[in-house]
Amino acid sequence: MIYLQLLWVFVKIGVLGFGGGYAMLSLIQHEVVDHYGWMTTTDFTDMVAISQMTPGPISINLATYVGYTTAGFGGSLLASFALCLPSVIMVYLILRLFMSKRNNALMDNTLKGLKPAIAGLIFAAGLSMMNTQNFVDFGRGQYNLSVIICVLAFVASYFFKANPILLIVLSGVVGFFAY
Amino acid sequence: MRQKVYFCAMKKPLQLFWSFFKIGAFTLGGGYAMLSMVEKAVVDQKKWIPNDEFWDMIAVVQSLPGVFAVNTALYVGHRVAGTRGAFAAMFGAIIPSITIILLLATVFREYRDQPVVERIFKGIRPCVVALILAPSLRMIKSAKVTWKTAIIPIATVFLIWWCKISPAYVILTAIAGSLIYALVIGRKTKDGGQKTEDGGQKTKDGRRPKSQVPSPQSQVLSPQSPVPSPQSQVLSPQSSVPSPQSPVLSPQSRKKGV
Repeated sequence: MIYLQLLWVFVKIGVLGFGGGYAMLSLIQHEVVDHYGWMTTTDFTDMVAISQMTPGPISINLATYVGYTTAGFGGSLLASFALCLPSVIMVYLILRLFMSKRNNALMDNTLKGLKPAIAGLIFAAGLSMMNTQNFVDFGRGQYNLSVIICVLAFVASYFFKANPILLIVLSGVVGFFAY
Repeated sequence: MRQKVYFCAMKKPLQLFWSFFKIGAFTLGGGYAMLSMVEKAVVDQKKWIPNDEFWDMIAVVQSLPGVFAVNTALYVGHRVAGTRGAFAAMFGAIIPSITIILLLATVFREYRDQPVVERIFKGIRPCVVALILAPSLRMIKSAKVTWKTAIIPIATVFLIWWCKISPAYVILTAIAGSLIYALVIGRKTKDGGQKTEDGGQKTKDGRRPKSQVPSPQSQVLSPQSPVPSPQSQVLSPQSSVPSPQSPVLSPQSRKKGV
């Protein structure tokens, strides 16, 4: 049963995952954290951090981890392959049959229209992670160091395009000394 | 003799597997960081695919859903060595990350309750939130969201974060809206492209006329036509974004802009 659920969830994510790894975060989070409760938000956040620091696509990393925690080794392989399955079918069917120039142009325009929605999708994933488990010292009368880390990392990432791995390592060091 | 033939048939898939294995094992930073490594391996070194065809291909692959690295591997593999090549490249691309995560998952579950690890992750978690919010805002900026079209990302955030509606439905709705918009704008530009002479700059390139047509917003904001670069069609700052949910509104604002 758990295998079927994993298969269904990750095939769905593979089909609907427009716009790259970050856009898939929201889908994965909804299914894995909110709907099935396979992970807590904190687990999910930790996994995103680990995925950022390890090579390979973030969504494959998450699928492997979710599969492993819910159904062991077999589950990890199943979830990863389920995520790839729609791509395999697409390469064989869509690319060979339907991807004419005309359809491609239509697809381009559709994607451009989709982009603001995808941006909102990613933003929502970030917002959902803002809870007191992830921001441990949030609140009045506390140091609010987690908020400071978040703001500084945001500024460094948004305005200065700082390397995400460097930011994660730095905030890990800060956490090690401060908490 | 037979063995030799078999070996030759396997040679390209094996090479594909190995190329994508190396790429999968050493690229940090997601699909777009991977792209230049794929180009180097497939176009420059092995000369399997000519440069222009490669970028055309990437432009198509980028518009598909799913894992970008997997799509690229499948398509390159299929182009170079058929079905076997496609699967060899795909497994090459994903096996490193599956292995690494499986190793880390066992280690992480062992040590995550250690106070030291817990302290480190307390620092990391807020940073991760920032690392997700930042690219989404950058995307909004690059999508040239105006005050009128800002309703789309805001509504998306509200529906998913506040109402807890499944992102799947939101994506499907957005696809439907964008498709209608793309159809409308496709028809409009077919008429408009012939009528207006000042728009000739955009229609000169006959290769992919429709993708060259700028959206109403970008026409107002930037006088030159946005040239979609193959590398960054989804995330590029040039690519213009029409509003998917307001197909009626856009032709009007287009007239205003011109």
